[in-house]
Amino acid sequence: MERHADKQKILIVDDSEMNRSILADMLGEEYEIMEAEDGNEGVAMLQQHGHEIALVLLDIVMPNLDGFGVLTAMNRYHWIEEIPVIMISAKRGSSHVERAFELGVTDFISRPFDALLVHRRVVNTILLYTKQKKLVSLVADQIYEKEHRSSLMIDILSNIVEFRNGESGLHVRHVQILTEMLLNVLMHKTDRYHLTQTDISIISTASALHDVGKISIDEHVLNKPGRLTPEEFEVMKTHSMVGAEMLAGLPIHQDEPLVKTAYGICRWHHERYDGRGYPDGLKGDEIPISAQIVALADVYDALTSERVYKKAFSHEKAVSMILNGECGTFNPLLLECLQECADGIQEELRDDSVFRRNQREMQNIAREMHKYEELTASERTLQLLEHERMKYNFFADLSKEIQFEFTLQPPMVTLSAWGAETLGLEEIVMEPENDPRVIELIGKDGWRGLADALRATTPGQPTVAFDCLIHYSKDASRWTRILARAIWSPDEPPRYTGAIGKAIDIHDSRVHLDNLERLATHDAMTGLLNHATAKKRIQERLDERPEGRFALAILDLDHFKSANDNYGHSFGDQVLIYMADKLRQNTRGGDIAARVGGDEMVVFLECKMEVEPAIQRIFNSVTGQYENFPLSVSIGVATTEKVGTDYETLFHAADQALYTVKRSGRGHYRFYDESMGKTLSAISPIDSEAGQGQ
Amino acid sequence: MTLKECYDALGGDYEEAIGRLRSERLVQKFVLKFLNDGSYDLLNSSFEKEDWGEAFRAAHTIKGVCQNLSFLALGDSSSELCEALRGGHTPEADSLVKRTREDYQRTIQAIRTFQEENGA
Repeated sequence: MERHADKQKILIVDDSEMNRSILADMLGEEYEIMEAEDGNEGVAMLQQHGHEIALVLLDIVMPNLDGFGVLTAMNRYHWIEEIPVIMISAKRGSSHVERAFELGVTDFISRPFDALLVHRRVVNTILLYTKQKKLVSLVADQIYEKEHRSSLMIDILSNIVEFRNGESGLHVRHVQILTEMLLNVLMHKTDRYHLTQTDISIISTASALHDVGKISIDEHVLNKPGRLTPEEFEVMKTHSMVGAEMLAGLPIHQDEPLVKTAYGICRWHHERYDGRGYPDGLKGDEIPISAQIVALADVYDALTSERVYKKAFSHEKAVSMILNGECGTFNPLLLECLQECADGIQEELRDDSVFRRNQREMQNIAREMHKYEELTASERTLQLLEHERMKYNFFADLSKEIQFEFTLQPPMVTLSAWGAETLGLEEIVMEPENDPRVIELIGKDGWRGLADALRATTPGQPTVAFDCLIHYSKDASRWTRILARAIWSPDEPPRYTGAIGKAIDIHDSRVHLDNLERLATHDAMTGLLNHATAKKRIQERLDERPEGRFALAILDLDHFKSANDNYGHSFGDQVLIYMADKLRQNTRGGDIAARVGGDEMVVFLECKMEVEPAIQRIFNSVTGQYENFPLSVSIGVATTEKVGTDYETLFHAADQALYTVKRSGRGHYRFYDESMGKTLSAISPIDSEAGQGQ
Repeated sequence: MTLKECYDALGGDYEEAIGRLRSERLVQKFVLKFLNDGSYDLLNSSFEKEDWGEAFRAAHTIKGVCQNLSFLALGDSSSELCEALRGGHTPEADSLVKRTREDYQRTIQAIRTFQEENGA
């Protein structure tokens, strides 16, 4: 079938295949139709396609998840704000209708379907939403444009003032930047002035107008090189009041915060904290904080700029003059602010450009936006999202990893394309816990273990590493580490809502580790445990159940040296391997068998009933013949009943019993008793003909 | 047998269907498709299992499809059955399901005859 990428998509969620195809037939020519046969599938498709879907036609009565369930999910994920829903229902006016409208449904179509009506409703709804989206972005653009234009107007105006002033044209900019810097420091320092980002933006914009009154000052006074006479200074001083009156005289906009703020700045930016400024002689915080800050910024820039009557001072000199009170008294808090941002001032003024300024504005806007909890998604965020999704899919494909996302409601696993292929599943699996294929792969215990581990996380520590076997097929299971992060809702208290993660194949390294462990704990030749490990495990068993009845037997092959001498060492090895096999066959699962030295082996067993038959059986199994070599074995046994539960004591006692056997002609077994207390060890003087008879 | 005669035989309103769906081709397509709709089987099996929630949904689906195709007779009986099952099983449901089965058989018979005679 031909694919129409430019057709808008409509998702039909209805459990009746007939109803879906009737609707699809009615709309298929103009729209691309997607179908879902119950609520879960509908939510999954919304999850996958998101805002590509232009409209949802939604049935109410459906198995698994009904229409209201879908609407609830659409509300939870905020899809309902962008994707219109038309509900399919038998009749209007039922209690359903009200509930559906509350959940954000746009319209209804009722059965029986009327082709014209369905068509009209769908077209209207889609048009309406498209128009609304366009309007939103249009309004946003216009607001931006308007903001931009008004700051442009202020720039022009303040430049006119400066032009008359014969100043560089940068004074207003500098005052503005300094004002903003000082305000930001002040805001973090104290709550005293209740400053918000909006206030900062208004004050720094209004600061541009601080000298607007100079427009009325005679040019000869304004640009006089050299000191002003007292009379001229009086004229000059009128500029603050004149500027304020100009603003107060505006026929409109009197209530605008910008105008009010600018008024205060114009009028009072030459007031001083000690009351010795002009025109009103205000003192301390009688002077609005906006005017106080602009005053400080104004002085700093005047000092560091060249004027007709003076040279420019250095930054350091200017700061120290202000701090020393050489230019009037300022709010001590503001002096602290000046000191704190002093290092950044020069850099900030030098680097200023339109670009930087926009950037700063953007930062402010971003900061403001942070305060609003709910933001409706604009076109740009959608594009960003789309971009992120593309990026994610691309890297997920590249990585050749099984990546997944799990949501509790609806119960659903979304797999990366590669992951789905590897596991032989679809990319979206609904109700994974009840899906036999999923349970086959990870096992019931695996699923439970992982689910429990995720639920046991906290929002502060949400990550989990979980090792389990993944059964790819009957005879291909691989050790896999699942690294996952639980998703907790931002509510109070937080709710566990799902998880994201990936599965890493650790089979080879795990098998390698297992092998290493085996090598470290086992005797390489016979495959029995080595002495150190056996000792550890035996002691563990003894400590676990000190009241239990256990026996330790040490076996020693008689005349082993002659087997080595007469038949060669490799034959000797084979005898030992044979003997180890026999021991394995004649001990039970819970028993421990180990090779403790050249031809000595140890068996540790629990004696639930009589222990002698078990020892007899072991003795018989290793006595006899191996390839014409007569096998004769001596065994010494010690029981915890006699000597207690310390391994060393037990081993020593069995060793003494063995020595007694060797002394009395070999080829039989003996249990340790007190009479052997003084005998020597059989183990330490090696069992050789020479060592015998000690 | 014409499609109109088929509608008369199964107790439906042919003109109404054509009026809403706007084309005889479409009506015929969905009438024939009705033969393959699984909701009736689902209704029967859910009655057997006494799964009344599923029985309600199946009756609801049959009702919806009948409304869309203007199958009045079966639409009526399935609609009443649907109501009798809305809150779980009721005594009326047992007699209503009989009526629904009869109407369904009559509907299916008519459509099959139409299908055979027209080789569709």
